[in-house]
Amino acid sequence: MNIANILARKGSMAVTVRPEQSIREALGLLDHHNIGALIAVQGESPVGILSERDIVREAARNERFFTLTVADLMTRNVITGHPHDDLLTVAHTMTERRIRHLPVVDKERLIGMVSIGDIVKAQRDHYQGEVDTLQTQLLAGERGIAH
Amino acid sequence: MTTTTGTAARPLRVAIIGAGPTGFYVADHLLRNTGVAVEVDMFDRLPTPYGLVRLGVAPDHQKIKFVTNAFDKVAASPGFRFFGGVDFGKHVTLADLKTHYHQIVYCTGAQTDRRMGIPGEDLAGSHPATEFVAWYNGHPDYRDCVFDLSQESVAVVGVGNVAVDVVRILCRTPEELATTDIADYALDALRKSRVREVYLLGRRGPAQAAFTNPEIRELGELPDADITAEPAEVELDPLSRAAVERSQDRPTLKKVEILREYARRPVSGKSKRLVLRFLVSPVELIGDDTGRVAAMRLVRNELYATSTGALQPRATDRFEEIPVGLVFRSVGYRGVPLSGVPFNESWGVILNDKGRVLDPGTKQPLVGEYTAGWIKRGPTGVIGTNKPDAAETVACMFEDLARRAVLEPAHPEAAAADAFVRQRQPSFVSYADWLKLDAIEVAQGRAQGRPRVKLTSVEEMFAALGR
Repeated sequence: MNIANILARKGSMAVTVRPEQSIREALGLLDHHNIGALIAVQGESPVGILSERDIVREAARNERFFTLTVADLMTRNVITGHPHDDLLTVAHTMTERRIRHLPVVDKERLIGMVSIGDIVKAQRDHYQGEVDTLQTQLLAGERGIAH
Repeated sequence: MTTTTGTAARPLRVAIIGAGPTGFYVADHLLRNTGVAVEVDMFDRLPTPYGLVRLGVAPDHQKIKFVTNAFDKVAASPGFRFFGGVDFGKHVTLADLKTHYHQIVYCTGAQTDRRMGIPGEDLAGSHPATEFVAWYNGHPDYRDCVFDLSQESVAVVGVGNVAVDVVRILCRTPEELATTDIADYALDALRKSRVREVYLLGRRGPAQAAFTNPEIRELGELPDADITAEPAEVELDPLSRAAVERSQDRPTLKKVEILREYARRPVSGKSKRLVLRFLVSPVELIGDDTGRVAAMRLVRNELYATSTGALQPRATDRFEEIPVGLVFRSVGYRGVPLSGVPFNESWGVILNDKGRVLDPGTKQPLVGEYTAGWIKRGPTGVIGTNKPDAAETVACMFEDLARRAVLEPAHPEAAAADAFVRQRQPSFVSYADWLKLDAIEVAQGRAQGRPRVKLTSVEEMFAALGR
């Protein structure tokens, strides 16, 4: 299974902002779409990611928080995924590097985003499916089916 | 209208398009809900149910087919009907279904294969692996396919489960195959097979190969085929080694161990030879003067890590040629668009969000249209993976029913739908008909010591039903 299989059943594109947009606008987008991160884009390429964490950290210590822009808070070194990246590796990298949201890029164009929640769900379904199929085969064995 | 849809007086009427595993899992989740009265009509363009369990799963893997027992239980539920041999887009259209059902679920799978995109791909002797699979499994649309099994060397491109099935069937003896439910005409053709050498070609390394450990072990236990691998190709490159060690991925370590043992194995003189190759991609099929495949040109690949750490292949400047007279490609699958249903070309699936079909313009759900299985997420996972996938779709369907966001059919009665299908396709096959066909196949099989002897043409099936 790879990232493409997750994006295939996620109708929506990733929600994006421009770096020069205000933090209030960014909060409005997070609230409206009920999501945890926005991808900052220039043209079609991701240049940063703005997560709930980035916002909480800054809001906790900066009285002038609402005067800031997305560019002031976003993380710039974005790790991006490719549709063909396999899920096991991606899950491992996201856990190890504590990344919750992974923008997916194909030919330098942003094509979607997967969250750690998407990955956990896909893996759970994958293992549930394997267990189900193995149980069927065990049952077949008990009924005397040879192969 | 005061009656609520989903009650005994006015059941929720659902049409499922496709009678494969996913269609049955969707039906099961729908009919199992005791709080909502549901009636399911399942349509398939073929007269027989079970989809790839009947027509894709290899004949020497009968245990996997045991899952059909669960499907038969679903089919025995009150409120379930099967309309086999009814083609969506031909006999019935989306507009027709909208006048008879509150909800429609597309479960049509990934019906077409990806092309390699290389010169010579369409030479005689080069085929999609799925055509060979459909042929040996007795698919009515593929029974007349011809594969030149007089060739001595065959290459199978890809290392997924379809590719592994194809090499195994090519390497089995007629005696082994004769105890399975392989189609009779395929058994006859394979008896005359002169295939001696079968290549299985992977574009990445052993650690990235999609086949499972039981699948690769089975290839090492074939009674009349020696298995071999290039020692250098089954050693882990530094990137793969680091990845496997970092993730403590035991099954992959085991897989590499099995493959290394194959590379060391002496040839024991069995009549066939199965050659596993890694880190190679076909770049051209070379024809002879008659336009038939005579050789395959391969490029050697190396791996590189993407920013997430996933390892992908990249061509080097080293090439080689192997003489092969028959090629089967199995490099990926995609769905086929359905008439009037939004399609996501990038992923080869129906445009959807968690199974709700979306309007391509607004990206908002279309009322009453859903999808599940491979046509929803792409071809991945085992049969059982479609069960949680179907559950996700059915949860959306019940959510929408609770919000009363369902279609408002003019004729939401089971009898009206039945009459309409009879008018469009008078010779449809019901589940009771299928159970008769099944009993006939099993009885014929028992006489020969086989699980069943398949009826492989629609005419044969109708004749067996006395039509």
